Amino acid sequence: MSEQINNNDLKPLTQWVNLQQPLAFDDYCQAGGYQGAKIALLQHQPNEVLEIVKNSGLKGRGGAGFPTGMKWSFVPMFAEGDEDAPDNKYLVANADEMEPGTFKDRLLLEGAPHQLVEAMIIAAYTIGANKAYIFLRGEYHLAAKRLQQAIGEAYQNHWLGGNIQASKFCLDLYVHTSAGRYICGEETALINALEGKRANPRAKPPFPQVSGLFGKPTIVNNVETLCNLPHILKNGIEWFQGIAPNSDAGSKIYGACGRVKNPGLWELPMGATLREVLYQHAGGMQDGLQFRGLLPGGASTDFLVAEHLDTPMDYDSIAKVGSRLGTGGLIVLDDKNCPVAMVLNLLRFFAQESCGWCTPCRDGTPWAVEVLARIEHGQGKKEDLDTLEKLCDFMWIGKTYCALAPGAVEPLRSALKYFHDDFLQHIEHGCCHYDPASIAKRTKIAQSHIQHNNAANSSMAGQ
Amino acid sequence: MIKQEKVMQTIDTLTIDYQHYLTAAEIAAIEHEASIMETREAAGIEALKVVQEHRGWVSDESLFAISDLLAVPTAQLEGVATFYNLIYRQPVGQYVIHLCDSIACHLTGLDGVLAAIKQHLNIDYGQTTKDGKFTLLSNACLGSCDKAPVMMIGREHYQHLTPESAVEILLQLAAHGEADE
Repeated sequence: MSEQINNNDLKPLTQWVNLQQPLAFDDYCQAGGYQGAKIALLQHQPNEVLEIVKNSGLKGRGGAGFPTGMKWSFVPMFAEGDEDAPDNKYLVANADEMEPGTFKDRLLLEGAPHQLVEAMIIAAYTIGANKAYIFLRGEYHLAAKRLQQAIGEAYQNHWLGGNIQASKFCLDLYVHTSAGRYICGEETALINALEGKRANPRAKPPFPQVSGLFGKPTIVNNVETLCNLPHILKNGIEWFQGIAPNSDAGSKIYGACGRVKNPGLWELPMGATLREVLYQHAGGMQDGLQFRGLLPGGASTDFLVAEHLDTPMDYDSIAKVGSRLGTGGLIVLDDKNCPVAMVLNLLRFFAQESCGWCTPCRDGTPWAVEVLARIEHGQGKKEDLDTLEKLCDFMWIGKTYCALAPGAVEPLRSALKYFHDDFLQHIEHGCCHYDPASIAKRTKIAQSHIQHNNAANSSMAGQ
Repeated sequence: MIKQEKVMQTIDTLTIDYQHYLTAAEIAAIEHEASIMETREAAGIEALKVVQEHRGWVSDESLFAISDLLAVPTAQLEGVATFYNLIYRQPVGQYVIHLCDSIACHLTGLDGVLAAIKQHLNIDYGQTTKDGKFTLLSNACLGSCDKAPVMMIGREHYQHLTPESAVEILLQLAAHGEADE
């Protein structure tokens, strides 16, 4: 069997991706598209599809890694004609990709829009939703255009609208383009944004699966998570688990950015090692640069360093070495970029994108920025490091409304651990030793002090 | 004291009749958005974007008119308008530059690009050039981290920027804008 395995079978998510010109409806069908949805709608009851997804081992690809089937199983299901049934349930695709260092969903949205439409039909059928939204970030103009096109074609071919493919199932699918802000990626904040409100996260419980959009049961899934569904339905659970025999099921779109030779995206079996992604696919560091560390899955994950490079990139293995798989997009730090400046940039991002709803985040993130800026500009004190440690505690899980502030803590606390010497050097030398201008300025000040002291000494000697 | 009382009496809640203010095209676009949501309130963000698309930015008058059309309290709509970074509550230039300042761009040379743009246009973040052509804003992440540094102007994304290429793009746009006039 093994020699018969087609390369496409190992790269289900990207096999239909064409960034120049995505497959139109007919071509998509010819390539094998809408077969998964056909199997789901015409051969299975919703609870059977749920079992398939549960047993497949598919986990959320948006960062948290929560089992998709389990998430769906929290949605209340009702028999036909049940008086307690809500008048609607909703499915939302989270296409608000805004995690710095993450650009995988863009590939799927721009390169294979029908794949997402098909996936959403399967998901909506399973949870009994008749209305679905794609929550797309406002900056992805090309994706919006291509999704609208695909949705139009799906309506024309009876894959959306009433009585899909002559079944009883009806689904309307809309694209909502966002007006910005990172916090919209948090599922309850996203729901508020869809309702036309400020995107502040909501208190949980109630969880959206029970009371979400407009107070109705709602499932919010990441784009990459959803895009697995047509393939799981079409090829089966064993195939899906066989892609990554030693690890979590399925494939994963890994990425790399920073000063590596070949930044980009690669769909690989789940559990490829950091080293494989960094050196085999991203080509290693650019000439003249050395590897210092990396964030394994976007801005809100802990730094990992050289000793961790043989870690498989699956949820448990990355967690074991003290970080998170997150979105699987590596942000690589080289030896000519300052780690303190990098963390300062990251914390500035979190401070700017904090929605301001809860105090630890609203006040904690700008405070961390202030302290980090002081250190980076050579005015830090040793006590500042204690302040940063304390802030990491104040902003940690359980003290905030959502995961934004804990996400800011992760790169900060790990940088304090792995790049401690860099922080100390900034404080002791009063300058950033990666920045020639900073060193020059510091040297000039030091020299003028010496001259001043010499002048003072000689004048004192003269007296 | 007397003067103050007089002022108090003349303060009234300002409402703007949307039918006199918004164009038929704007109203149609907003009504379409409202029709696919469960509540009219939920179309608020789209409505702000529709008006901005037609007028460049969201003025107080536009805000009042949308508030009237969707029956959403003005204060609530203002809270929404000021929350989202792609809604402009101040006039902006003909071209709005969204320069990505995410970590990927930072690691690959954002500082030089930013300095070149600032120097070329003689403005800082949040400012508009005197001729009204360009407004400079930062963006949290444009999702092109493998092609960093990047910026977005209008619907166009410009990738692999260098200080020179960024200025070149701005020069071309400025020349293009003049040709339009």
